[in-house]
Amino acid sequence: MTAAIETTGLSKRYGRRRALEDCTLGIPEGRVVGLVGPNGAGKTTLLHLAVGLLEPTAGTISVLGGRPAESPSQLGRVGFVAQDAPTYARLSVRDHLRMASWLNPNWDQRLAETRIDQLDLDPRQRAGTLSGGQRAQLALTLAIAKRPQVLLLDEPVASLDPLARREFLQDLMEVVAVQGITVMLSSHLVADLERVCDYLVVLTASHVQLAGEVSDLLASHHRLSGPRREGNLPSSFEVIEETQTDRQSLLLVRTKEPFPFIDPAWSVMPVTMDDLVLAYMRQARDVAASRPSPLEVLR
Amino acid sequence: MIQFHLDSASGVATYVQLVQQVHQALQLGLLEPGDQLPTAQQVVAKLAINPNTVLKAYRDLEREGLVRGRPGLGTFVVSSLPRTDPATQARFLTSMSNWLRKARAAGLGPDDIEAIYRTAFRNCFAEGVA
Repeated sequence: MTAAIETTGLSKRYGRRRALEDCTLGIPEGRVVGLVGPNGAGKTTLLHLAVGLLEPTAGTISVLGGRPAESPSQLGRVGFVAQDAPTYARLSVRDHLRMASWLNPNWDQRLAETRIDQLDLDPRQRAGTLSGGQRAQLALTLAIAKRPQVLLLDEPVASLDPLARREFLQDLMEVVAVQGITVMLSSHLVADLERVCDYLVVLTASHVQLAGEVSDLLASHHRLSGPRREGNLPSSFEVIEETQTDRQSLLLVRTKEPFPFIDPAWSVMPVTMDDLVLAYMRQARDVAASRPSPLEVLR
Repeated sequence: MIQFHLDSASGVATYVQLVQQVHQALQLGLLEPGDQLPTAQQVVAKLAINPNTVLKAYRDLEREGLVRGRPGLGTFVVSSLPRTDPATQARFLTSMSNWLRKARAAGLGPDDIEAIYRTAFRNCFAEGVA
């Protein structure tokens, strides 16, 4: 199976600032990928590199085996909705569809019209007067009616109210079910990602901190609580996060499967996607805090 | 046709919740052999979950011999839930009660016993935790 998105040592710098550093990913086709991390971690940069809006400074990226934006057919295979679902305020909904039909060789007018109808949007209405949820739905309609094989969404639901958000994700999942496309979406809303994603990428400080199938990640991480440990965990445990009191240790560990047996004095709990995201984000922050700043090194 | 719902606070994996709801519907007689389950498209359009989650639940049910997927048609119930033999249940209840009495006599409290049970249960069903 070809990878939907494959990157090797992918890096992007703006002058001296590193937006993305040594990013290596292999995302299989048909996945719904959650891209999560703090603001400024490089999520948008990664998405823009995948669409071809940016060129890598170093390393390579291929989408469905092709270089982003290398040809009209490559452009046609990748759909992209930028942050805040930009539309042309003065153009009507119908004008948006008409323009998209001129610009996209595989444009599916019937699919677009059916969706506009289901969404109860007035084709004559100007995009500028649509609600945030309607605008996001219009942008999604344009992106899916071009019939892409990979759909990239930059914080598609960030500005939507809970109902509009749920409806957007319902529609998105329906598209995935029917068309079997690969989706990568960035979001801070882990509860949403938990529902829709089967692949997770945690990006922090321009590095990939964690990436993999959600089911594998959940199965290989555990929360342990027990008596304060004196450095005697099995070597197959990688400690991601640890908090201690004088009596007790709380750990989030990564293990090899199947779960190795440990002392019954320890209780073992499964982790959620939320636990994982927070633990890996904290780990990255703590590592950064313990590193001397470049200025100090120079001195 | 049944409808699925989700309890996102339960901590139970989504596909497990779907499997459990089919089990329940079978036990209650809401689903019978010949009935069709909602398609993955219908489920995700309502719950906003990943289609693979639905397919995984249906595969599990198929492995249990409860449903069968017919390409192009949908997923259908083919057998009702085999109920556990009451005599078997009674036998294990007796042996578990004996075990508990012995544990108590050995000085273990309820929390100790629960910790042991949870560890043993986890080890026994280790592959089903994910």
